[in-house]
Amino acid sequence: MKKRLLDIRNLEVGFTVYGGYLKVLNGVHFDMAEGEKVGLVGETGCGKTTTAKSVLKILPVPPAQTTGGTILFKGRDILTMSRNEIRDIHAREISMIFQDPTAALNPVFTIGDQLMTAIKYSNLHDGMSKREIRQKAVQSLKEVQLPDAERILENYPVQLSGGMRQRICIAMALATRSTLLVADEPTTSLDVTIQDQVLRLLGSLIQEKDTSTILITHSLGLVREWTERVYVMYAGVMVETADTAELFKNPLHPYTKGLMAAVPKLTGEGIAAGIEGRIPDYLHPPSGCRFHPRCPSVMDICKKEKPLYFDCGDNHKTACFLYRD
Amino acid sequence: MHTATTAAEKRLVPRIWERVKKGWYTFSKNPLSVVGAVIIFFVVFFAVFAPFVSPYPEHAGNFVDFDNASQPPSKTHLFGTDVFGRDILTRVFFGFRLSLIMGVVVISLTAPVGVTLGLIAGYKKNTWVETLIMRITDIFVAVPPLILALAVAAILTPNIFNSMMAVSLMWWPWYCRMVYGIASSLKNEFYIQSAEVTGASILHILFREILPNCYGPVFTKVSLDMGWVILLASALSFVGLGAQPPTPDLGTMVADGGKYMPDQWWIAVFPAIAIMFVVFGFNILGDGIRDMLEVEKT
Amino acid sequence: MNPNHMRIVKYILKRLLHSILVLLGLSILVFIIARVVPGDPARMALGPRAPEEVVEKFREELHLNDPIYIQYYHWIKGAVRGDFGYSILTKRSVTTDIREFFPATLELMLLTGVIMSIFGILLGIASARNANKWPDNVVRVFSYLGVCTPAYVFAILFLLIFGYLLNILPTIGRLSPVIEHPPTVTGLMTIDSLIAGNFRAFGDALKHLIMPSFALALGPMAQEARITRSSMADNLQRDFIALERTQAIPERIIMSKYLLRISVIPTVSVLGLDFASQLGWAFLVELIFNWPGLSRYGIQVILNKDLNGIIAVIMVIGVMFLVVNIIVDIIVSLLDPRIRLGAERSA
Repeated sequence: MKKRLLDIRNLEVGFTVYGGYLKVLNGVHFDMAEGEKVGLVGETGCGKTTTAKSVLKILPVPPAQTTGGTILFKGRDILTMSRNEIRDIHAREISMIFQDPTAALNPVFTIGDQLMTAIKYSNLHDGMSKREIRQKAVQSLKEVQLPDAERILENYPVQLSGGMRQRICIAMALATRSTLLVADEPTTSLDVTIQDQVLRLLGSLIQEKDTSTILITHSLGLVREWTERVYVMYAGVMVETADTAELFKNPLHPYTKGLMAAVPKLTGEGIAAGIEGRIPDYLHPPSGCRFHPRCPSVMDICKKEKPLYFDCGDNHKTACFLYRD
Repeated sequence: MHTATTAAEKRLVPRIWERVKKGWYTFSKNPLSVVGAVIIFFVVFFAVFAPFVSPYPEHAGNFVDFDNASQPPSKTHLFGTDVFGRDILTRVFFGFRLSLIMGVVVISLTAPVGVTLGLIAGYKKNTWVETLIMRITDIFVAVPPLILALAVAAILTPNIFNSMMAVSLMWWPWYCRMVYGIASSLKNEFYIQSAEVTGASILHILFREILPNCYGPVFTKVSLDMGWVILLASALSFVGLGAQPPTPDLGTMVADGGKYMPDQWWIAVFPAIAIMFVVFGFNILGDGIRDMLEVEKT
Repeated sequence: MNPNHMRIVKYILKRLLHSILVLLGLSILVFIIARVVPGDPARMALGPRAPEEVVEKFREELHLNDPIYIQYYHWIKGAVRGDFGYSILTKRSVTTDIREFFPATLELMLLTGVIMSIFGILLGIASARNANKWPDNVVRVFSYLGVCTPAYVFAILFLLIFGYLLNILPTIGRLSPVIEHPPTVTGLMTIDSLIAGNFRAFGDALKHLIMPSFALALGPMAQEARITRSSMADNLQRDFIALERTQAIPERIIMSKYLLRISVIPTVSVLGLDFASQLGWAFLVELIFNWPGLSRYGIQVILNKDLNGIIAVIMVIGVMFLVVNIIVDIIVSLLDPRIRLGAERSA
């Protein structure tokens, strides 16, 4: 039984905006063990990035507030840690890949500067000389299959293509040999033609280094191919979680079922159906189960009470009153 | 209450009202913007109703009362009197009037001309039309506005009208440049190209397709500009090239008052503060409008 | 010479060429405007009692009877050689006038430029650091007021407060009458006194410089502070700062290195324009402080319709503005690789 790496319990996060208070995360549960590759899937705006940023504690704290819950990393609560302790965690344990590589790289500094600084402050740095750091940088660029690594170190982000920039971000995240990698939609903003390439690269690298990974995406296909376990998220809540194969074989939550049905099948069986309605307004979220306005199987209790996680066997849980056995 | 996410399903009029309300909410969230709006409201009020609200309306013209000359601020004369015995508060109100008129005139002249030229130059990129317009703009922009305005004003007979002309001459290039930037960046957008392909006339493309994108920045600039134009005009009259005595002009009053510093400081200081006040008000107002329009986009 | 340097050189040359053309166009524009003036410059110079033949001869000398393009040709011929013609006002060559008055304005504008950029940026940083706490709010209010107040209002206020009320700063000219004027090397009073080792003169010159330069610098300083502050606040929200935090880079390095460089770019870009507008206000400030500079000379020639003087002053100011702009553009392109490298892409 592998060690529990990350354990998020009942996380509540909101944002104060001009109209009021957006209650985005409404009691998020999430856990993973060391070495696991877990997917986090959900449509845009459901709170995936907010969750990721909470784990890394990089939410912009004035508008954002964490109003409840715990995030346990290797048994310690991240939310109560001091700045120095968090820095330590960042240095040695957790890395993140952002969705848009162009925004994630500082435009006025060279790649070399940013990459080498990242290496310098990571857990590798115990006494590396400048030359060694540079060598490590070159090596990590080669690992992400960037040719001509030496020249790239001198380049600025503006001189490189989107695919190259994301590779560099991957290199930065993996060069530091972290325990946990959070990849927030790593290929979404890339050109379709290279999405697959970059994803394969990422996949093989995390396989090779046995890095625990959270893969955040809105694509079911990616999740199916690359993850062992999946969490499905909707409107700030985890609605279902299961081993990947199990989830696709036997989706339980009405939302998950809707998602699966929305994917067109290659066999051409009819037109893909959408899910009625839209994601809720976080200013005035629906009462009870946040999915109830759109749920084809809605019951009275769904409007009044928030569903807990109900165990449906073998690692498969869902937050739906339909399964309240 | 319906929210923005379902706005698309509503009809047009309620939607515009929604935007106005949201805009006002953003605007009023920033206390500074509201202050600006209040200031300008008062300035406009005093300017428009100057003959009715000033304590001594006849002091605005040719008036002398040497018995009461050079009085420091008192209960009867809140801002004191000048060397001719004229009430300074009254003259400041009338000065507001003049300043606002100048601002409105200059901007109504320069904005349409500048915007139109900018649209043309931006759309007709890489043709001689663009080069011509932009090079001319460059020339005007190469020298600080005040200097050229001074030169032009000096060459003409000094009076209000000519100083307005001088300022206008300096002002249009800035509108042109700003709109040029927007127009040239939009030129390759799909909806422009599709309009071209379907045979839309140039007038249509310029004014119905590109221009709406400029409303925001232009509107912001207009509100900010009111302040700057008034400032520039006051600088011209400070040197004697604007309104001539006895017309009450804020810049002239500061210049005249300068001679009596520091003893009769009120003669120069109050008009100077009045200028600051107006420019301050328009500046904050303009900033507030810009913030409001920016949130609109997100 | 590596490609980056080549690019910068090419850029400078292009800008120079462009600027020369603009200056040429400007001179034509001013020339045309000037000739629209009603009035007879020759008569004005010689006075109402001079006999007509003398005036007519003078007119011939000044080419006033020739068509306008001939007049322009004569002017350009002289201008390229540095001869801007004859000043009706001072009754000597305009070039001499300029040589006499330019250094004073140069010194004033140099100090103004330094104050507004350095203090402005520092204020902006301090403001961003203490965002929403009281130092920030104080700076923000001050910034608004500063931006809206014309330099001449500051000048008058300073004169009143420091010159008369408190009587700690001198109100007229560049040097007190009792101090010995250092031998002219650069024309800049402060530098010249240092060169001559005359520290009393240095201190005195500085005291004279403070009020006019602060009067001119306060407005743009406020503007730079505002821009720097909002730029920093903006950039703090960006992903790359968040990423740098996840990389455990110490906060002080993130602030002083990674945040700073990108945040000052908008400020520096605006410096050129702000400096230009102050060149304009310098006219009035020099008047108020009786500063014997180009701007005051400029006002006199404008008010007296001395055409050669007007054109020359405008050209000199145009050149000053040009040089400042080129310098600012170079600095910006050095700071921001996106500008100097934007078009290039590796596959």
